[in-house]
Amino acid sequence: MITADTSTRAAAAPADFDRRRFLDALLAVGFVSTAAAIAYPVARFLVPPASGEPATQSVVAGRAGSLKPNSAAIFKFGSRPGIVVRTRDGEVRAFSAVCTHLDCTVQFKSDTTQLWCACHNGTYDLGGNVVSGPPPRALEQFTVHLRGEGDDADIVVSRA
Amino acid sequence: MTVIDWIDQRLDLSEVRHFVAEKGVPVHTQKVWYYLGGMTLFLFGVQVCTGILLLLYYRPSSGEAYESVQFIVTQIPFGWLIRNVHSWSANLLIGLAFAHFFSVFFLKSYRKPRELTWVSGMLLLFLMLGFGFSGYLLPWNELAFFATKVGTGIAGVVPVIGHFMLRLLRGGDDVTGATLSRFYGIHVAILPAIATALVALHLLLVQRQGMSVPIAVEKKAANGGTVPQMPFFPNYILRDVLAWYIVIAVLAALAAFYPWELGKKADPFAVVPPGIRPEWYFLATFHTLKLIPSHVLMFEGERLGVLAFGVAAVFLVLVPFLDRRASRGEPSRAFTVIATLALVYLVTFTIIGHYAK
Repeated sequence: MITADTSTRAAAAPADFDRRRFLDALLAVGFVSTAAAIAYPVARFLVPPASGEPATQSVVAGRAGSLKPNSAAIFKFGSRPGIVVRTRDGEVRAFSAVCTHLDCTVQFKSDTTQLWCACHNGTYDLGGNVVSGPPPRALEQFTVHLRGEGDDADIVVSRA
Repeated sequence: MTVIDWIDQRLDLSEVRHFVAEKGVPVHTQKVWYYLGGMTLFLFGVQVCTGILLLLYYRPSSGEAYESVQFIVTQIPFGWLIRNVHSWSANLLIGLAFAHFFSVFFLKSYRKPRELTWVSGMLLLFLMLGFGFSGYLLPWNELAFFATKVGTGIAGVVPVIGHFMLRLLRGGDDVTGATLSRFYGIHVAILPAIATALVALHLLLVQRQGMSVPIAVEKKAANGGTVPQMPFFPNYILRDVLAWYIVIAVLAALAAFYPWELGKKADPFAVVPPGIRPEWYFLATFHTLKLIPSHVLMFEGERLGVLAFGVAAVFLVLVPFLDRRASRGEPSRAFTVIATLALVYLVTFTIIGHYAK
């Protein structure tokens, strides 16, 4: 603000002062509206749209014969990883492989027969429940069906 | 204590305050031309902002570029708006930059002591054309693909270094995905870095030297009169903002009512569709090169044309150093004639190029 301007303002009559204040307010409203009109589309643009992919309900995780007892394999469940485990007794179980702590992918440890997350040392048992470490919740367990006979059977994993 | 006081106590803003309070803008009949630079600068800001937003979704590969732009304009909320504003703003920017260039040319504002301001401005104008050329390819559509083939092909006819330049621009012998990666890097990193530095220099020079007053007005002032001044803050800046509002209004209207076409995805094995032409700001050059016969005396016509444009560009950069009369503060009719010829040439050839088959 330059000095000449303030001196004329000080000398101005009250009516002029009100008009000045009104015009200032009008200008401010104009600027704020412009800012809002720009900020709104930008904010909406920044938020990505929903992927449009339908949530996967059921996938084939592999052949029963390719999964030895006390071993596991990662499979694709929609856009996220799942893990299918064959226990020592030969039972097949499937879980979401996404650690409930910070979304790392868990792996099967054959020596401890536990699911282990390498990021922060979280461990889960073969029921998906947290045994130790930071994970706050159990892993999501999927329902497993074998379609077909013997080693050729497809392991069908579906969300309960 | 206000925030300003707080900062003031630590950084001593008295110089800035003094500068702001003292800064004036000359008032005379030609002062309307002062707005053009500010409007161009405003659009440069728009380009930076919308460009950064587009970067969030754009994918620079021949397999995904077209699809990602399609995704932006159809799936992302207001993606169409951001993309249309970016495309339209680019064109308005180049239009305004040319208008700014011609106003400075005609008013001889480049004369001593503002030679460097002119040189930095000319380089910025060339840079803006580079932005336009590299950005045009990024949606990877048919028109842009073939226009880029032609455009980089023109670089290839430059004597001696032509083939080297062609390969440097294309990232290989042909326009491929490699060219797209390269143009992307040029468009979003190399050119912005140079442009930022040049814009900073250009503005610094303008602030340091103040606005140029036309020779005729200066003469009158020298004969006893004075050139009246208007305070920059807030009188002039509010007028500047008003000009920016006009730009926003035009830009918003164009973006909303005239969506920028995406066209068909580029297919390197497709036949060239008829009517391939560059963006309007390259039309005059493009049409001129079409008119030159294949051989002029013993020289290749195309080569001669490209060389002539190179010489013209160098000449334009050197104008303040060549126009001795203006630098002495005398009217220089010769350069007014040159500016007029340049303007007439650009306008007529752009129009002819637009309607030519």
